[in-house]
Amino acid sequence: MGAESMQIVLNSVLVLALLGVLFGIGLAVASRKLKVESDPRIDEVEALLPGANCGGCGYPGCRGLAEAIVAGAAPVDACPVNKDCAPIAQVMGVEANCRLPQVARVRCAGGKNETEQRFIYIGVEDCAAAHSLAGGPKSCIYGCLGLGSCAKVCPFDAIVMSDNGLPVINEEKCTGCGLCVKACPRNIITLWPVGKKVTVLCMSHDKGPQVRKICKVGCIACGICVKQCPVKAIAMDDNLAVIDPQLCTNCGLCVEKCPMKTIKGEIKQEREAI
Amino acid sequence: MRLRTFKKGIHPPGYKERTASLPVEVLPLPRQVVLPLRQHIGAPAEPIVKVGDAVVTGQKIAEANGKVSLPLHASISGKVVAIEPRPHVSGALVPAIVIEGDSAEPDVPAWQAPPRLEELSAGQLIELMKEAGLAGMGGAAFPTHVKYDPPPGKKIEYVLLNGAECEPYLTCDHRLMVERADDIILGLMGMLKAAQVSKGLIGVEANKPDAVAALEKAASGLPVEILPLKVKYPQGEERMLIYAATGRVVPAGALPIEVGAVVNNVATAAAFGEYLRTGKPLISRLITVTGAGIKNPKNLEVRLGTLVEDVINYCGGFTEPPGRIILGGPMTGPAQYRLDLPIMKGTSGIVVQTRAEVDKPDYGPCIRCGKCVDACPYNALPNIFGLYAEYDRLPEVEKYGILDCRECGSCAYVCPSRRPLLQLIKDAKRKIMASRKNG
Repeated sequence: MGAESMQIVLNSVLVLALLGVLFGIGLAVASRKLKVESDPRIDEVEALLPGANCGGCGYPGCRGLAEAIVAGAAPVDACPVNKDCAPIAQVMGVEANCRLPQVARVRCAGGKNETEQRFIYIGVEDCAAAHSLAGGPKSCIYGCLGLGSCAKVCPFDAIVMSDNGLPVINEEKCTGCGLCVKACPRNIITLWPVGKKVTVLCMSHDKGPQVRKICKVGCIACGICVKQCPVKAIAMDDNLAVIDPQLCTNCGLCVEKCPMKTIKGEIKQEREAI
Repeated sequence: MRLRTFKKGIHPPGYKERTASLPVEVLPLPRQVVLPLRQHIGAPAEPIVKVGDAVVTGQKIAEANGKVSLPLHASISGKVVAIEPRPHVSGALVPAIVIEGDSAEPDVPAWQAPPRLEELSAGQLIELMKEAGLAGMGGAAFPTHVKYDPPPGKKIEYVLLNGAECEPYLTCDHRLMVERADDIILGLMGMLKAAQVSKGLIGVEANKPDAVAALEKAASGLPVEILPLKVKYPQGEERMLIYAATGRVVPAGALPIEVGAVVNNVATAAAFGEYLRTGKPLISRLITVTGAGIKNPKNLEVRLGTLVEDVINYCGGFTEPPGRIILGGPMTGPAQYRLDLPIMKGTSGIVVQTRAEVDKPDYGPCIRCGKCVDACPYNALPNIFGLYAEYDRLPEVEKYGILDCRECGSCAYVCPSRRPLLQLIKDAKRKIMASRKNG
């Protein structure tokens, strides 16, 4: 290698080194001068959030919610997934007034075996699309359409469709984020307090004889459960038994007495179906 | 002869041979008719009869409710037995007037012929269109009189009649042009006078030479030009017809009046012609009952409100358990699952396909082949609509102009991946309109 080429190498090394030093100084100055003061609590709150970025809270991801909580725009228990909001409340220095943990509950038991199809649906595999076509193919206009829109939106893989065409929720995995609730065009899925086991698995407001015609397990509004319930937790709302989960004591009397087997206790039956 | 047409489009098989040469038969009076108050686009009609009232054929039983609305007339004589929600083609329950018939027609009809055409002014003619209850009988059922009342600053230059009948299977417009050309021409003359336009155009697809001949004979000596059109779908779509006939392009999102055109179906013109001649309001229409699932396919004149079930029974019933029942043409008509639906002003036919003809395709992902783009007569991008609509990306589909889609279904017809593009597009449009309404 001649002296001339050595000179070229040296020159370039020197120039680059100089540039490096210059930029380094520039960045160091900029990081001081242009520093954006951010509330350190945002990072702390974000670290306490689940980090799944599911969007169930309505904010753009967990960081978005953390910013909202710190700014006071969202309550400390705004994350529906987070089971315990006390640590966040501690960071924020407020009283921990956490909501009860909830899980999604599918309130329809009329699958392929229990109901009939009014017509064969050919088209977009999406419950809302099927629902908009004459109310969907299912004989019951309140029942689950079985196309699995809820399973598709679940970010936690907590919903699978059973062979019977009904969504089965794995309550271990379910975080209660509520995305499936929003995805269901029939409003069948509801968030239910964890630990409250008794649910009426029907959403039909049809009259009893009509329900009997189209579904083997629908609520026929006989009112037996209302009479049986020792704590008056069940009311009849437009031909449908509705349980108030706050009052329900899991005694299971209504489950035993329901002639249509519409009311289920223990979510065991849902687990078995998996 | 050079045939006029538009760019792009598709060539579905016609399936018209079953009924194209069958003369129109008149269906015997039905025992009951169900007349939905919403048979047209716009505000539903307002009933002016009560349950228990006796009505005669042609009597007005509901009044137009506002400008974009139409009155409704009793299509049979009898007694009003119910005014209640009944099944409607849209899949919902819609309030309807139900008339139990007495199987007889009054000796003297309830209507009177209006003054002769020469004595009527343009404004009177438009009023008569409304009185006759005229709605677009090609399928969309847009109130006819509204088209002849252009917004300020717009002037009608072309009055076009649509005799393309580009939908497969349907032949009722074809038979109408062959058998009732005089009424069509009289109706067109009335429309020309209402629009104060000197010359009328009638577009007919070239596979109906007998219809062209009949119209030419009826129109001899009158300022009417018959335009043979290339056989292509959707040749009968308003914008395509305007382009074929005049070379003008209706801008996206605008109405035909933007380029000075008014388009009516030949059946609407015939109904108007009959009204001008006799005073008979719109109480019956021609429909085609056809498809491999129908025992005896026919072209029928039926009273409005006749139930699909009665029509199918008259045609000998089904050949086998039906696979798909469509009200209207197979490209745009909605499939139905029940037979207690009434024939309405915009119902152009009943098409019954067999189970073997209806397959249930499992659709796949978009393979970016671009066939739908080549087919789309509106120069839109159905592939993009489908992709975004599938994931509910409404702002994006709107940006790409989904609202300009006229739902002809050409994209879904050509898609090799069998994607339900039309349904995706319709759904996305419905959601966009709903979100606009809700602010």
